[in-house]
Amino acid sequence: MTAPGRHEALRSLLGAWALGACPRHEAAEVARHLAGCPECAEEAARLSGAAAELTPDDPLDLSSALRRQVLDWCLTRRPARLPIPAWAGPYAAESAKLDALMRDLGPAEWQEVAELPWHGGVQRWRPAEVLCHLTAVDGYLARSVGLPDPLGGARPPLVGRRPPVSRVPEQGGPEQGGPSGVLGRTWALITAAGGEDPEQVRRRWRRQSHDLLQAASVHGGDGGVPVDYGFAVLPLRDAFLDRAFECWIHGDDIARAVDYPYPPPAPAHLRRLIDLGARILPQLLAARRRAQPTAAAAVPGRALRLVIDGPAAGEWLIPLDGAGEGAEPVAEMALDGLEFCYLAAAHRDPDRIPVGEEGDREAIRQVLHALPLLSRP
Amino acid sequence: MSSCDERLVLRLVRGEETALGELYDRFAPLVHGLALRVLDDEDAAEQLTRDVFARVWTDPGAWDPEQGTLRSWLGTLTHRCAVQQLRAACGDEREVAARSAAARAHHAVASLPDPLRETIAPGHHDGRTYRDTARRLGISDQAAKHRMRLGLQLVAGELAAAREGCRPEPVPVAGRPGP
Repeated sequence: MTAPGRHEALRSLLGAWALGACPRHEAAEVARHLAGCPECAEEAARLSGAAAELTPDDPLDLSSALRRQVLDWCLTRRPARLPIPAWAGPYAAESAKLDALMRDLGPAEWQEVAELPWHGGVQRWRPAEVLCHLTAVDGYLARSVGLPDPLGGARPPLVGRRPPVSRVPEQGGPEQGGPSGVLGRTWALITAAGGEDPEQVRRRWRRQSHDLLQAASVHGGDGGVPVDYGFAVLPLRDAFLDRAFECWIHGDDIARAVDYPYPPPAPAHLRRLIDLGARILPQLLAARRRAQPTAAAAVPGRALRLVIDGPAAGEWLIPLDGAGEGAEPVAEMALDGLEFCYLAAAHRDPDRIPVGEEGDREAIRQVLHALPLLSRP
Repeated sequence: MSSCDERLVLRLVRGEETALGELYDRFAPLVHGLALRVLDDEDAAEQLTRDVFARVWTDPGAWDPEQGTLRSWLGTLTHRCAVQQLRAACGDEREVAARSAAARAHHAVASLPDPLRETIAPGHHDGRTYRDTARRLGISDQAAKHRMRLGLQLVAGELAAAREGCRPEPVPVAGRPGP
């Protein structure tokens, strides 16, 4: 017999019961109740019938190529009045691709640990922690376009897990600058999200990425608004490329950990990412010379011709001593576009990466060793 | 206050490319999945996916919030277009009716509002209880129980309606042992 007053409580459990989602003792109580309550027994049968018809969700791993095809088809039928700026296109595609991967992860996969190499070491994070990291760094852009900082009131933790000590010279103060600023923000978000379900972490990251894209389309203009990373200031248009680059590389890191395929960016997008690296290379060369005073001094007027092979093919002239105008190429270096990006992300060994070399070998070596300095945690 | 659906459609009307991307990311699995279930052909399903999104993008005002959620409207639109296409390609009306009804059960779940669909979606209950689901979604135990019951009631209603409209080929409802 059911105790008086328990009828309503047990009735409210029928949906969960039909789905097999009751704790054992409650399921047993419902079963006993059904034997003596025709009203609940009828509903339980109906809901169980519906539950039996449920089929697993459709595969979410629709190809990123289909997404591009569908959107292009729509946009030829009706051009957008507020298009996504070309410099935000790679971020739009890479954040959608990462989101599709994250929506596909099962409970066990959320527990896998991904390895995220950068030039100063390796971070080991679970997928949700990687998303906290992306959210924290995307937050620099959010602040610049008038969106709330995802850290809100969260501050870098004073106790508990601390960021590992960086093995490279700091590029800025410990509070805001360099990798420690990025890591501090990341740990603050990881700590604040402690105990949250990964799904909530995913949604927060995705909402911010949608808001960023909307802000870029509506108010972005030519993307000239400065974005302050603490250790560097980039115009918004380059910051979006930087974020697309990190989104892709870390998506690739997670995909490797959970053994999923992860396609590279579309060639047109890849070319923009390579272009950003090529434009920043002179600063990286200068930073490397400062960090190693024993290295050979810069000889003004020299440049390196970078030849990128593969679908994102192109050529860039990289000044080797900072002064760009009229520099003469003393060497030519040819490599695949994807390999160039993996090297910039410190995912390749500069001494082992396959490159076609011509001319001054030392100049080529300098460039190969400077490029990974672009990487951060 | 306008709903999340209404805000998205307003942005589609304004011609925001970002809104088109968000629309695709939210509903492509539904549209493509339904199309594939009815048409049983990957190329045809992809083409239909393209056409359905183009219809919404070129005429977002066709959605009437009074008639249901954006999700259920897109599901109905996809289902109708897919069945039309199948009928044009295959003359066998019994075959069309059978595939249409099979997709209908799927559509019943896919068309539920997000909060209900999330709580009853299969794959989430492997050994997990409604309390785990509540925690996953950040809602109370009470709300999780309520949504599971309401969601299944709506699906049961849809299935009964589908059986009514498809007498020659009734969809068998298999009993399911209790937990």
